[in-house]
Order: sequence, then structure tokens, then C-alpha cells
Amino acid sequence: MSLLEVRNLRVFYPVRSGVFGRITGCTKAVDDISFTLEPGQSVGLVGESGSGKSTTGRAILGLTHISGGQILFEGEDITRLAGRSRSAYRRGVQMIFQDTYSSLNPRKRVLDIIAEPLRNFERGTPAEERRRVHELLDTVGLDSSCACKYPREFSGGQRQRIGIARAIALRPKLIVADEPVSALDLSVQAQVLNYMQDIRRELGLAYLFISHDLNVVTHMCENIMVMHRARIVEAGSRHDIRHNPGHAYTRELIASIPGINVTGGAICAKHSCTAH
Amino acid sequence: MEIRGLSVSFRIGGQYFAAVDDLDLDIPEGETLAVMGESGCGKSSLAHSIIGLHDPSRTRVEGYIGYRGQNLLTLCEAELNKIRGGHIGMVFQDPASALNPLMRIGEQIAEPLMYHTSLTKTEREGRAAQLLRDVDMPRPEQTYWQYPHELSGGMCQRAVIASALVCRPALLIADEPTTALDVTVQARILELLRDIDASILLITHDPGVVAETADRVAVMYAGQIVETAPCAEIFANPLHPYTRSLLSAMPRGQDRLYVIPGAVPSLENMPRTGCRFGRRIARMPEDCHDDAPALREVSPGHYVRCSCHAVFELCHC
Ligand SMILES: Nc1ncnc2c1ncn2[C@@H]1O[C@H](COP(=O)(O)OP(=O)(O)OP(=O)(O)O)[C@@H](O)[C@H]1O
Ligand SMILES: Nc1ncnc2c1ncn2[C@@H]1O[C@H](COP(=O)(O)OP(=O)(O)OP(=O)(O)O)[C@@H](O)[C@H]1O
Ligand code: SF4
Ligand SMILES: [Mg+2]
Ligand SMILES: [Mg+2]
Repeated sequence: MSLLEVRNLRVFYPVRSGVFGRITGCTKAVDDISFTLEPGQSVGLVGESGSGKSTTGRAILGLTHISGGQILFEGEDITRLAGRSRSAYRRGVQMIFQDTYSSLNPRKRVLDIIAEPLRNFERGTPAEERRRVHELLDTVGLDSSCACKYPREFSGGQRQRIGIARAIALRPKLIVADEPVSALDLSVQAQVLNYMQDIRRELGLAYLFISHDLNVVTHMCENIMVMHRARIVEAGSRHDIRHNPGHAYTRELIASIPGINVTGGAICAKHSCTAH
Repeated sequence: MEIRGLSVSFRIGGQYFAAVDDLDLDIPEGETLAVMGESGCGKSSLAHSIIGLHDPSRTRVEGYIGYRGQNLLTLCEAELNKIRGGHIGMVFQDPASALNPLMRIGEQIAEPLMYHTSLTKTEREGRAAQLLRDVDMPRPEQTYWQYPHELSGGMCQRAVIASALVCRPALLIADEPTTALDVTVQARILELLRDIDASILLITHDPGVVAETADRVAVMYAGQIVETAPCAEIFANPLHPYTRSLLSAMPRGQDRLYVIPGAVPSLENMPRTGCRFGRRIARMPEDCHDDAPALREVSPGHYVRCSCHAVFELCHC
């Protein structure tokens, strides 16, 4: 049984136009996409901005309505879950958001933000909880003194790491990571990606890794799906996508990766695939 | 734009700590200066000080920020308002919170034109609609009437870029302007930025973006500039161990990515003596502990803050 199966998913939003906001049509944010994800597998979702990647992720988390199709988690339709299986689902799937400013509550301390899922699902003593939060902060490379601060006291990259610490607190089975590293600097990006690889191996995590950065996705995922205008236009192994792109958009995507020549020979973004 | 001795300090528990420390920077007319550096090095603090966005009750900004001969730090709020949004445009790091959630996209883009130009309503709307097309917004006519929550991350980012450009600023401060965009859109936005004739202060983590757009690059670490050089020079001949480490962290097909050990010190824990970066290097040269290195010109236009840049091989771990 697949961990996650998405069948003919559609998400449409009404379009309002003019000053009066009358409904004049609909935006097809996601239009008939299907894919599966096995336990421990990491699949990349790349694509043009506005092509429906985040919407797909939000639909899997149950954060947006579905206009058609089905999403099965461990064989069960998530829109029909109730009671215990709903709670297992909410525990098993976590999301890392693109936008940390609105996804972290500005009025809560970091300790409470990270401990929130722990409090909902695991009842530990305050001391255990604090120890766990410090552990999590440590794994994402933040000082444990950060626990008592508020989100606004952190830089953009530091805030993203708080979001990651919260997502991994419950050791979920699937993480939908929506542009988890696009706000991060190279060194922290490297640290977070290495770390995401490590916990993946350790906990058998599966990732749906949404990103617009093909280099990052190639690094993280064996398989890549390419989205364009609400549809999946191409899917395959990272090697095939990089070296035999079929769809015109994929080719443009690869051609637009800025090339830089850094001293020291083969250090060039254009040839980043030699190791695969 | 000419910045001299700029310091930005935040109040933390009754004491002020510097996030930007005695920084000098020039942005010549029409040039693009890129500022790179890890998260928390003070890049946004620098940008915010230029347009006077810091909360004066919690922040102290000292030094000189000269824009066409006047010191922006001594201007009153009304004079500043005239300059910001008009002469100086700003693209904020976080697009979603830079947009007003209750206002339609087109209207927010057109709004500054009301204060900074004498265009009529129709002309303002026309210019806003044109800019939505210029930034390559999908379905621009429809997007004009939408609210920020109805847009994807990359679409919000493009709306923010459009509103920064709408008054045709002479200086554009762009804080991570393309982080939410895929490379095809990014390429078109960078082309747009190259085409407008404004000076640009470009803040980014992405060396690819720097290589595509910048004339000069300044690498910032812990509130200071540690290396500055023309763009081609910085990639061909990075000298400061920090710059070299940063460039080694790029994913280029290696199995495991290089991570600079340790972290950028928090403001309270900033080293008071010696080299600020030295603490993150395993085999730090002995004498670096004592004196804080000064920014020195090592070849024309190439400055490095490292007391022993000749032995950087030794220092790079
Ligand atoms: N709440 C909403 N109401 C109306 N339209 C929406 C809403 N949310 C998303 N959309 C539309 O759905 C489309 C897909 O958006 P989505 O956020 O999934 O894109 P994305 O692929 O994640 O793009 P990006 O890379 O820019 O984040 C966009 O055209 C967007 O305008
Ligand atoms: N309002 C504030 N109060 C206290 N400290 C702050 C405040 N804003 C920023 N800082 C601190 O100042 C330092 C520099 O922050 P800044 O936002 O300028 O970093 P940055 O270089 O822009 O990083 P990023 O790339 O993550 O955006 C960080 O250590 C941050 O924690
Ligand atoms: S060589 Fe010395 S001064 Fe230069 S970065 Fe290393 S520790 Fe600092
Ligand atoms: Mg998105
Ligand atoms: Mg910043």
C-alpha cells in the first residue's frame, strides 16, 4: 500500500473581477493530477510560480477544499477520516511552510510554538517538553536560549528553522515541505538539507518536496515531478529530468539556471549533476 | 548613495547591541551592488535603516546615509516620506506581509502614484496594469482585482516588485526579491531590473542571482563587510575564508553539502576582540585572536577584512 495516493485531484477557486467582485469564472489551481508516494520516498515537485504546487501541498494537509478527486493516506480517504484515524493522520503528516511570517504566531514564544504539537499529541511533563524543544532547536542549529524569544526577534532564515523544528517534533511519516529552504542562506540551507536527509534515513520519512530550485530538488529527491499550469507535465527520475527533459517548460527551467564560475575548476551550477 | 560609519543597534533587555557595525558602502549612480551573507548578518537591518523603517524606541541608528548630498538620518518623517516610495523603492524580504491584505493588488500598486506623482486616476491604473505585465504576472487583468491571499507566493513577490517600481525610483532596495520565484521567472525579473535605470542595492543569498545582476558584491558577516570586489572578481578570486566557505555550501551535485561549522553569533554574543569569523574556523591562526582585522585593499577595488589573507589556505577548513 502506498503511503500517499493522489487520484485526479482538482482544486478550483472562483474568480471575481471588477470593482464589485462578481464571480466571473474559476481559476484552475490544480487540474487533474495523480501521483503516489511510497513510505520513505522523497519526491520533488518543481514548476512555474503559480502552477499549483502549494495548492497541491495544502490539499494533502486538508488545508484547502478539494473540487474533485481523492487523496488516500495509507489507503484511507482523508476527506472521510474521523476520530482516531483523523488524529493519526494529523500526526503523521506535517507541513513546512514557505512563508514563516504568517505561519508562526507572533504572540507566542518559540518554546510554545515548537511544543504546541507535542502538547496536542503527547502528554509529557514540562521538563520533558523543554528538553525535547532544546533538542529540536539544537538539531536545526539554533541556540537553546532562543526558546524564550518571540518570532520577530529572529531573522528570516532563523524563523524558517523554527518552523522546521515544529514540523519534525512529532516524527511524522510524511512531510510536505513547501519551499523549505528558499529563504535560507547557503550554509543554513546546506545544514537543513543535510539534516532533512538524515532524519529521512533515520525515521523512514517521506517527503513531498516543493521547490522552484531544481538544484535543491535534484539534491534531495530521486524522483521529480514538473508542474506547469495546474497539471503535472512530466515525471521521472532526477537523472532523466536533468538530462533528457521532455517538456518544453522543463527544458526552459534547466536552461535558466544561472551559471556561475567559482574558482576551483568544476564548480559551476550548470554542471551540478555530474555526481548522479 | 553613500553610507559612512553606519551602526544599527537593537535594544535587548535594556542594552543596545549592534546588528550593523560601523559600515561603509557606496552605491554609484546606475550600478547594482549585491550584499551577500548568511542569515542574521544584518543585511535587512542595513536595508531598513536606509529607508528609516526601524522603530526608534527599540533601535539606535547612527552614522551617515547620504542620498544625493542629504543625510537621510537627519530628515524628518515628512521629508522621508517624500523620498521613500518615490525616489527610493523597496522590495521587502517577506512579500506576503508587505502587501495590505484588504486591498486589491492593482490598487495597492497604483496607490503610491497618488502621493508621488500628479497622474490622473486612469493614468495611475494604466501604469499599475502595465507593471503587472512587466513583472510577468500570469493573467494580469484578473490579478489586478485579486486580494493577496488569492495569489501564490511567487505572484505576491512579483506584486511587491511591481509596487516598488511603480514610481520609477532612482534607487531600488531589493531584499531577497526572487526567493519565491522559479528560475524562468527569476531570469525575466532580473532582466527587468537590469533594464530600469536605477541604482540597486540587492540583498540575496543566491550566488546565481548575484552573478547575473551585480556590478559589485559586498559580503557581510556579523554586521561588518568582510570582502568587497567587482562581481566577476569575487567568484573568480574569493579571498576571505568566509566568502570561500559560503561558496562551498552551494549544491552542485556533491553527496553531502559543506556546512560552515557553528553559527552567526547572536547580537549579545558578538566577539568583542579579534576576528569575528575566526571562531568558526577549526585551525584559527593564533594572531587573529588579538586584533580585529581592518578592511584592506588587496588589489584595485578588492577589499578584504582579514589580517592574514595571504594564508587563507591555512585558515579555510
Ligand atoms: N485562495 C485562493 N483564491 C483564489 N485563487 C487562489 C487561491 N490560492 C491560490 N490561488 C491561485 O491558484 C494558483 C496556484 O497557486 P499556488 O499557490 O498553488 O502556486 P505555486 O505553484 O505554489 O506558486 P509559487 O511557486 O509562486 O508559490 C494561482 O494562480 C493562484 O492565484
Ligand atoms: N527587531 C529586532 N530586535 C532584536 N534583534 C533583531 C531585530 N531585528 C533583527 N535582529 C537581530 O539582528 C541580527 C541581524 O538581523 P537581520 O534581519 O538584519 O539579518 P539578515 O542578514 O537580513 O538575515 P536573513 O537573511 O535571515 O534575513 C540577527 O541576529 C537578528 O536576530
Ligand atoms: S585568517 Fe584570521 S583574520 Fe582572516 S578570517 Fe581567518 S581568523 Fe579571521
Ligand atoms: Mg507556492
Ligand atoms: Mg533579512
